[in-house]
Amino acid sequence: MADVWLQALLVTDSTVRLAAPLVLAAMAGLFSERSGVVDIALEGKMLGGAFAAAAAAAYTGSAWLGLLAALVVSYLLAMLHGFATITNRGDQVVSGMAINIAVAGLGPVLADAWFHQAGRVPVFGAGTRFTEIDLPFAEAARAVPLMGSFYAEVVSGHNLLVYLAALSVPLTAFVVYQTRFGLRLRAVGENPAAVDTAGIPVARMRYEALMVTGLLCGVAGAYLSIGQGAGFVRDMTAGKGYLALAALIFGKWRPVPTLLACLLFALADALQTRLQGVTLPVIGELPTQAIQALPYLLTILLLAGFVGRAVAPKAIGQPYVKER
Amino acid sequence: MRDALPAWVELGLLPLLNLAFAFLVTGVIVVILGENPLEAVELLVYGAFGYGEAWGYTLFYATNFIFTGLAVALAFHAGLFNIGGEGQAYIGGLGAGLAALAFGGGSPFLVLPLCVLGAALFGAVWGFIPGWLQAKRGSHVVITTIMLNFVAASLMTYLMVNVLIVRGSQIPESAGFGPGADMPGLNGLLNLFGLDVGRSPLNLSLVLALVCCVLVWAFVWKSRPGYEVRVVGQSEPAARYAGIVPGNKVILAMTLSGVLAGLMAVNEVLGAQHRLVLGFSGGYGFVGIAVALMGRSHPFGVVLAALLFGALYQGGSELAFDMPAISRDMVVVIQGLVILFAGALEHMFRPFLTGIFVRRRDAAPAVREAARG
Repeated sequence: MADVWLQALLVTDSTVRLAAPLVLAAMAGLFSERSGVVDIALEGKMLGGAFAAAAAAAYTGSAWLGLLAALVVSYLLAMLHGFATITNRGDQVVSGMAINIAVAGLGPVLADAWFHQAGRVPVFGAGTRFTEIDLPFAEAARAVPLMGSFYAEVVSGHNLLVYLAALSVPLTAFVVYQTRFGLRLRAVGENPAAVDTAGIPVARMRYEALMVTGLLCGVAGAYLSIGQGAGFVRDMTAGKGYLALAALIFGKWRPVPTLLACLLFALADALQTRLQGVTLPVIGELPTQAIQALPYLLTILLLAGFVGRAVAPKAIGQPYVKER
Repeated sequence: MRDALPAWVELGLLPLLNLAFAFLVTGVIVVILGENPLEAVELLVYGAFGYGEAWGYTLFYATNFIFTGLAVALAFHAGLFNIGGEGQAYIGGLGAGLAALAFGGGSPFLVLPLCVLGAALFGAVWGFIPGWLQAKRGSHVVITTIMLNFVAASLMTYLMVNVLIVRGSQIPESAGFGPGADMPGLNGLLNLFGLDVGRSPLNLSLVLALVCCVLVWAFVWKSRPGYEVRVVGQSEPAARYAGIVPGNKVILAMTLSGVLAGLMAVNEVLGAQHRLVLGFSGGYGFVGIAVALMGRSHPFGVVLAALLFGALYQGGSELAFDMPAISRDMVVVIQGLVILFAGALEHMFRPFLTGIFVRRRDAAPAVREAARG
């Protein structure tokens, strides 16, 4: 029994680790998409942030400067997306694709040129990464059955950015639902003309939403390269940005359901490594690829209305043109 | 249209200006990397066109990009953005590969058409699914095609590792195809014109790609269903008013788009690899987006853009060899910048050009009037 509990704790623990970047990126996407700007460039912003964090941390030896660099790069990419789609009214999907592809190439190019490690940026040395934090009394709590071990294994022992990810959900919920900014944000994604009539500049609202998106993606990127991992590797986001987007759709563009979707996808990921070669009753041996494909299949089914219905913000994808 | 630009500016100058900007930014990156951009261009052009084998590789890559570019372009005409070319090409390869593995020993005259059909059919299925979901269930094509790319990748990994792998082998590759499934090379033919493409994998698929260009042109501009697809792409309410069922055209366009993307596998799998390997689609599906945007969704433009990207891919690898500071990934950067400037920022220079060309035309009568008065 104790063994099963411990196994469950370990799976939960790795679920939390795997969910952190998804949660950050999904909350990032929530701001952008709720304001009416489609953001398939979560992937590119994360990857850009991951590279910047690794490069800055490797160069300066400071994880904090790494995080700062990630924030700056991801922010600038978000502003580029805004410039293309808000100011120039370009296609939002095309712009997102452009950013994803350009960053996927630029990371390895710069890594090669600056660090000569075949497209990688290794980060090592004291203080270059966000390391695990043991919360107070974690070791002492271990002796307490159930809750104590849960506290020690799952709640304690993550790096700072994981706690930031956890914090991002209630913060997002608060901002989106309880503040004036949030009200305007939701309105601008549903009915920009009405917001405009109320004298609030639509373009500025969307730019502000994208700023938040950029910063949150930056944290997600830094988490990958100087939190969870130790350096930048080519394509290290490996579709996490798209997965976050799927979670956002799965969560119907709302913070808490989106968090749950992220946790579900992360759990599938955590189980996948453990279920390798294990024979399950009825199904037999489950191919790991089936579990990998699961989040994407679920999202397709959801979008098709076979499991619930996902209704996007009404004005999503349309550039706003002020009527003259 | 008050601000309409002259056709040569709209179709010629504006795209060229956008492209020039993409290359300008690339040049700046090359300078940041500490290399001379002009020297880089010289090496790249030589690597792409300097000798026969280079031409062979350039045209081989271009063949891939014609297929995936046409796929994206055709969907654009229906107002759809097909990001799933990558997955459709990957699954298309499965179709071609299964046909080749089953019948590879036979005569090429029978086997090759079967393989091409297999690629087209499997690609069609992978394009039909998002088309049907969009038409009947209202799921957005962009999201479903992204998701289906990942599903295709998982499916192919599973099949390669567990089913198609050669028994006892550690490498996830299928058995080699029989000689009947080899797409004939073009070297013999080109030798007649004095061009020797060496050991490059340039093959008959190039001809197939050019035939597809003509077919797509005929479909989009000379056929009734093609016309209806364009009407749906321009305005769904107008289409409905004209008695067209938009959903059906969406399904048609996406299925044909899937066919075109799937055919890319003919070039890559039957023409070069001669067996199924993991990840042979290698991002070429995504290059199709840049090619279609640059080619303005016209088959002729797609061929030109595909040639440019073929040259970038081939010349880029030569360049990476000669200038170690510039890695091969630079091509991917250029690809992204082209999508940015030719796609997302396509209107950036419009006000500027409108200022030059439209005002002058407006001013002309006024000047005449002034002269008369």
